[in-house]
Amino acid sequence: MRPPATSPCLGAMVHAFLIHTLRAPNDKDAGFCRVLYSCVFGAEKSPDDPRPNGAERDRLLRKEQILAVARQVESMCQLQQQASGRSSVDLQPPSSSDEPMSLHDAPHGAFRLAAGDPFQEPRTVVWLGMFSLGFALVLDAHENLLLAESTLRLLARLLSDHLRLLAPGTSLLLRADRIEAILTRFLPHGQLLFLNDQFVQGLEKELSTAWPL
Amino acid sequence: MSSTGMERLLRQAREIQDGELSKFCARITKLLQQQDSGAEAVDALQRLLLILSATKYRRKLEQPCMNLLQTTLCSTTAPPQLQLLCAAILREMAPVEGLALTCEQAHNSHTLSLVASVLLAQGDRQNEVGSVGRHALQLLEARPPEGPGPRLLLPVLSKVVSLSPGILPEAQVDLLHRRLVGWLRYASTQQGSAQLPGSGFSAARTRQPGLVTEVDGSVATDFFTVLSTSQRFTEDQRLNVLVFSMLRTWLLLGLPAGLTAVEADDRSELEGSTQSVLSAASATASRLLPPQQQLRAGAFEYCQRILEQSGRRALRRADSDLQKACLVEAVLLLDLLCRQEPSFLYPTLPCLKALLGRLGGDPKQARTLLPVARFLLSHGEAAAVDSEAVCRHLFTSVPAELFPCPMLAFELVQFCRDSLHILGPGLGLLKPSFPNLLKLLAWHSPALTSEFVVLLPSLVDAGTAVELLHALLDLPCLTAALDLQLRLSPMTSEWPLWDISLRPTSCLEGFRDPHFQPLFQFLLRSKAAGSTLRLAPLYRLLQPLAGCARVFQCAQAVPTLLHAFFSAVPHVADAALMSQLALALLERSGSLFPVPQYEDRVHRVLSTQLLGLCRLRPALVVELARDLLGFAGSVSGIRSQEPMFTAVVWAAGEYLTVAHDRRCTVEQVTRFFEALEALLFEVTQSRRSASPPQCQPQVITVLMTTLTKLASRSQDLIPRVSLLLSKLRTLPVGPGDEDTDAVRTRATELTNLLKMPSVAQFVFSPGPEANSSRFHRDATTALPLALRTVSQLVDRETSLLPA
Repeated sequence: MRPPATSPCLGAMVHAFLIHTLRAPNDKDAGFCRVLYSCVFGAEKSPDDPRPNGAERDRLLRKEQILAVARQVESMCQLQQQASGRSSVDLQPPSSSDEPMSLHDAPHGAFRLAAGDPFQEPRTVVWLGMFSLGFALVLDAHENLLLAESTLRLLARLLSDHLRLLAPGTSLLLRADRIEAILTRFLPHGQLLFLNDQFVQGLEKELSTAWPL
Repeated sequence: MSSTGMERLLRQAREIQDGELSKFCARITKLLQQQDSGAEAVDALQRLLLILSATKYRRKLEQPCMNLLQTTLCSTTAPPQLQLLCAAILREMAPVEGLALTCEQAHNSHTLSLVASVLLAQGDRQNEVGSVGRHALQLLEARPPEGPGPRLLLPVLSKVVSLSPGILPEAQVDLLHRRLVGWLRYASTQQGSAQLPGSGFSAARTRQPGLVTEVDGSVATDFFTVLSTSQRFTEDQRLNVLVFSMLRTWLLLGLPAGLTAVEADDRSELEGSTQSVLSAASATASRLLPPQQQLRAGAFEYCQRILEQSGRRALRRADSDLQKACLVEAVLLLDLLCRQEPSFLYPTLPCLKALLGRLGGDPKQARTLLPVARFLLSHGEAAAVDSEAVCRHLFTSVPAELFPCPMLAFELVQFCRDSLHILGPGLGLLKPSFPNLLKLLAWHSPALTSEFVVLLPSLVDAGTAVELLHALLDLPCLTAALDLQLRLSPMTSEWPLWDISLRPTSCLEGFRDPHFQPLFQFLLRSKAAGSTLRLAPLYRLLQPLAGCARVFQCAQAVPTLLHAFFSAVPHVADAALMSQLALALLERSGSLFPVPQYEDRVHRVLSTQLLGLCRLRPALVVELARDLLGFAGSVSGIRSQEPMFTAVVWAAGEYLTVAHDRRCTVEQVTRFFEALEALLFEVTQSRRSASPPQCQPQVITVLMTTLTKLASRSQDLIPRVSLLLSKLRTLPVGPGDEDTDAVRTRATELTNLLKMPSVAQFVFSPGPEANSSRFHRDATTALPLALRTVSQLVDRETSLLPA
């Protein structure tokens, strides 16, 4: 049996993080899946391309890759919701308002993307659904998924708290500076971090000081 | 904001015209040139970022605006909010040709980190990656140890080496290694103190914060790690967390290329002595080791500490999750260390065996077992016994109990898929466990189908192939049974895991009914049974669940899986197995769980695969002649299983000849002929009566063609078939009735061919050598020549036929 080709990237690194819209499973007329925020950490080396406008093509490819991931996450989430018999995007069990929001029961999962479809290298996507938003991390193919999963939950919780996503009338658009501030502290250059609870609290305090609500 | 509000905003951003955009750029330029534009500038940059990111096509920004974005990014006086937004905008536009931004413009770590995020997104067209790496190293060396410099720069270096392994210059990397070891092993174990205002005055009265604690609340017993908690963290403690987080990437990719030869020499010297084992395992014992080995030794000690710390009972749930993640990382690191330096293997194995004992049968620890299993499998003979035990646990109890967890299911299937080449004797444990693995697939089919398509061929084994085929065909049934099983077992999570939109009371009663027990037990078995039970009685019982979403999703995946299964069959199947599989296909095409659209799709696959089997081994048709005849001989088969029926009839026509199997007798041919003749008669009668449902013309033509083929082999049948064909040639054709027209045309063609019996035999039963290319290349015996002759003759004949 031929061993799998070793990917050059085998560390705890993230290739991209994205947030996109998540439509309800049975809602057919709700338009398209939109990417609301995406951050790609470092580009794959572009092949030597003698044709002009190579840079433009690379950007187009990158945008399409991210959109493809968003669509697949949305599809997976909708299928999972349908399979559990949930028709609306009611994604949390009713919890008391005192407790911090636990995302352990939100729809989540992982899937693999084969090489070339759509990224050059094979990649794994870890995703989470919260309210009507999908969050996803695009990782190298062999990763510490426990760490990736808890990081994604942490990011979703931080974004929800610090961008007040639960409050009516707020949105993610036009708030990129705050999203970037969160990412620089908790996922610097795509590096997954082993943060214990008190460490997270410390970083959050710094964040709140630098970026008051 | 509602989704319509967002949608509108995005559309506005997409549709903004070029003229408007350049006006906006001019405004931004003016704002950025002012010193105290504050909130207005931030707002404008937010909008610009939205405009650029809303479309996948490139937007051109005016050059002054571009220049100013880059200058603001590097400026030391610009507020951080603006810098972040400038970086985000430049990154969103990447790759940009003619970007003036370079690392030299970044004078401190904070700025370099932002500049790096932009430059690393350019695709390395101008060696930006190497340049960023070198500058980051320079700044690291220039910085005094205090300050956030290293904390900002280390992630940059980690990203640099993952994009371009081995790109960093050796000498500086060595220096860095020593510092990394320092942060990894010698971070302070005192809690950080609060910054009191005017603390210089009252330093003497500052309360000592005390030692850091473990996750279970007890005071720290050894050096600081990511699992040490504290009220406040010092800078070196924060670096400790960062260095551990990037350690695996660094050890794998951060070493400059070309050093491995030197390492190998050192290694062979070290391996020989026990002294070397001790010194390799202790960073503190030998500071004279080269920097990389020091780092490895430090990493090894850190992993052992993590293994110890992960056994403590954490006070907070988040910390308990972190312990598992750290455990996985530690095992992955140990695996890497043992591959880079085999002397680490001896001290590691006892630790991992102890870990196995601790994790043992705890279902919550299933995901952490996977890297341990992979370690034991890759490091071979020394650990052989343990790897079998853990594999057995992973393949038997884990899937049966924990199948609803999507992450575990994904990771376990990945483990199977990626470990196939190192499983060794474990493969003998994996193959018979396919019923358990199929449970994961049945429950999570959308996410796992593509993984199983890769995995399935390795699960196909001559001894269990037939059972596996039946199991695949019954996969939707398995999904339904698992749903019932979950409803009846104690709930393990806050939220119900089954389909909450259904209340299948009758199914639940049936599940508990002792009459159905053996069938359910068989369906939900963990290991291959070596035989098969027919589950048809369950289909009616589980009917209410046949339309539920999860079952439907699973049913959609089955055709793909069947193709994957059959792709492996030629490699393992002998003649007897192929017969069994063919019989199974015949049998199951009439017995499938009635999920909507499932039967149609599966029939198509089964018919294709049956023909595939016959093509592989044409003698199959003769061997199974009686069964095929039994299948084909009933009209009800045509209605409900048309693709299969067509395939069987076609196969009979193609392969029921002496050329493919000497055992073919004239009686067999005649029996087939008579049965099909009767069928054709019946079918065309019902067609005439025009009462629905009517037969597809393909069925009629395949019957006609097969009868003609059979007749060409046994020439006394020719008059009978000619009679049949002449009747079909004269079928009444209504206006626009293309079907009947096609039937008539085909009947005519066949009649004409039969007028020349020897040619007919040649065309209809060419024998296996017709497939050889020589047959087609050789000008004197070539088939094309014969066909040309025949078609000329046929043309001449038709011109003489009455119109």
